Amino acid sequence: QDIDDVGHKYHLELVLEDILDKDSTVNCTAEVLYHLGNNNIAPDVQVTLEGELKNTDEADNIFYHRIKSLEKELVAENIPDSYGNVLPEMEPIHLLAWVASGYVIWQNSTENTKFQLAQIKHVKQVKRSDEYLEFDYMILLHEMVSQEIIPWQMTVLWHPQHGVQVTRDSRQPKHASE
Amino acid sequence: DQVFHIVPETFQQVQHLQHLCSTLLLDLWKPQLPEDIRAGEDLHIRVPAPLVQEVKDSLDHHMISYKVLIADVQELVDQSMPKERNSHRQVPEGYVYTQYHPMEEIYQWMTQIQKSNSELVTQHYLGKTVENRTMYYLQISQPSDKSKKIIWMDCGIHAREWISPAFCQWFVKEILQNYKSDPKISRFLQNLDLYVLPVLNVDGYIYSWEKDRLWRKNRSPHMNGTCYGTDLNRNFNSSWGSIGVSYNCSSEIFCGSGPESEPETRAVAQFIERRKSDILCYLTIHSYGQYILTPYGSTTKPPSNSEELMHVAEKAAAALMGKYGTSYEVGSTSLILYSNSGSSRDWAHMIGIPFSYTFELRDKGTHGFLLPSYQIQPTCEETM
Repeated sequence: QDIDDVGHKYHLELVLEDILDKDSTVNCTAEVLYHLGNNNIAPDVQVTLEGELKNTDEADNIFYHRIKSLEKELVAENIPDSYGNVLPEMEPIHLLAWVASGYVIWQNSTENTKFQLAQIKHVKQVKRSDEYLEFDYMILLHEMVSQEIIPWQMTVLWHPQHGVQVTRDSRQPKHASE
Repeated sequence: DQVFHIVPETFQQVQHLQHLCSTLLLDLWKPQLPEDIRAGEDLHIRVPAPLVQEVKDSLDHHMISYKVLIADVQELVDQSMPKERNSHRQVPEGYVYTQYHPMEEIYQWMTQIQKSNSELVTQHYLGKTVENRTMYYLQISQPSDKSKKIIWMDCGIHAREWISPAFCQWFVKEILQNYKSDPKISRFLQNLDLYVLPVLNVDGYIYSWEKDRLWRKNRSPHMNGTCYGTDLNRNFNSSWGSIGVSYNCSSEIFCGSGPESEPETRAVAQFIERRKSDILCYLTIHSYGQYILTPYGSTTKPPSNSEELMHVAEKAAAALMGKYGTSYEVGSTSLILYSNSGSSRDWAHMIGIPFSYTFELRDKGTHGFLLPSYQIQPTCEETM
């Protein structure tokens, strides 16, 4: 739908699939409005879920306590590795990056981009005095049209009850990840 | 080491198991902590080899039934880990097609494949890369007095798309293992010759193993060695440099200094040009995205045999889906993906090869270029 002087609006019907349980799906509809001209504004997105997302409290709490009880801050790199493998204990870190990168991708998408998270180059836990978990990620985003691999720094906050937040993110120059 | 699966039935059993775990310091896989062990719920424990018998005796003594979930943990670990790269591994009959292999091993594999299948396979020199490495293709040809049409397939034009060379190797293996027993394959070979180039961009592939896993282009130096790499799939002489490219070396889609400026491109183009009247089908394998792409990328104007091209591609996608339900989208690049020029697929069609396709293998972005090796088999099987 072209809206004169405003932008292009897309109506979407999608199916959400639970990564950890392929048979669990939820239908949803979305409206995405790409603003005309200005590529510095993120597209407007409205989503309606027709159903409920699975409750993940148990797994969330297990992960939360595991990280909270680490003696040394977590540090890791290359997730997945060159062969596509992710260590089981790193899977939640991987999933968290995926969600957080979704925010970064949304904020930086236009009608002519198609981003995917390619790899976590580096992740470091930042110790906090409050109840939140904080991770400093260096991720690599793959942009389909230009085929570019773009390093991006993002600071991610997470708490089982309060969810995910990206508090800081910045695009890095091409050689930043090497 | 073994992993046991136990479902405790009573509270006493739970207590005993908790006791066992803490005194023997057993590795609890599920649940995470002994205090979370519950009656009626799955319990997975890893028991170190020296303690296996003791644990089994203890379970028997307390009438706790168990199943051995994993009989040899080390075996499973070895299978999932890439072996040491510095060993001089021969390419034996036991070549592992479900793992990714570095270039050195692929070279050895080609030699070995020809040796063990000399009645059908010959290895041929195609050309040299920028860094002076040799490009070889394999010709699979059943001796016969009639002249046969050719199907050409190249893999690994983009360095980071590891599943692509893995597929070419798998493909060769499948054909050679089954040509006598599979009537479809043997009929195929009676009428057609198969030419397979397992790794087109040899330098780039090696670079993605040694230096930068997500490298895409070749390794040609530009601007006095301050910038490297031309996108080989933008370097062919098909509307070269017109759309969907960059003239800047630092871009991933840099089309090079001119059409066929790269030795790798020239090696392929010269060969195909020479044999074009015999080549029925040109296939080039990439990842990711799950597409079967038809010409053209440089224009939305459909090719002359568009209907037939689509029909065949759609049948291929349907057959592919029939295996594991993986869905592939079919269509012209400029319509369903993005515009580009200088692609090998477009060029092949432009010089007269009727069937020209780009396959973009698994997946759709979840793993992208880093497709885990356990997906090599299903990807290759469905693509066969």
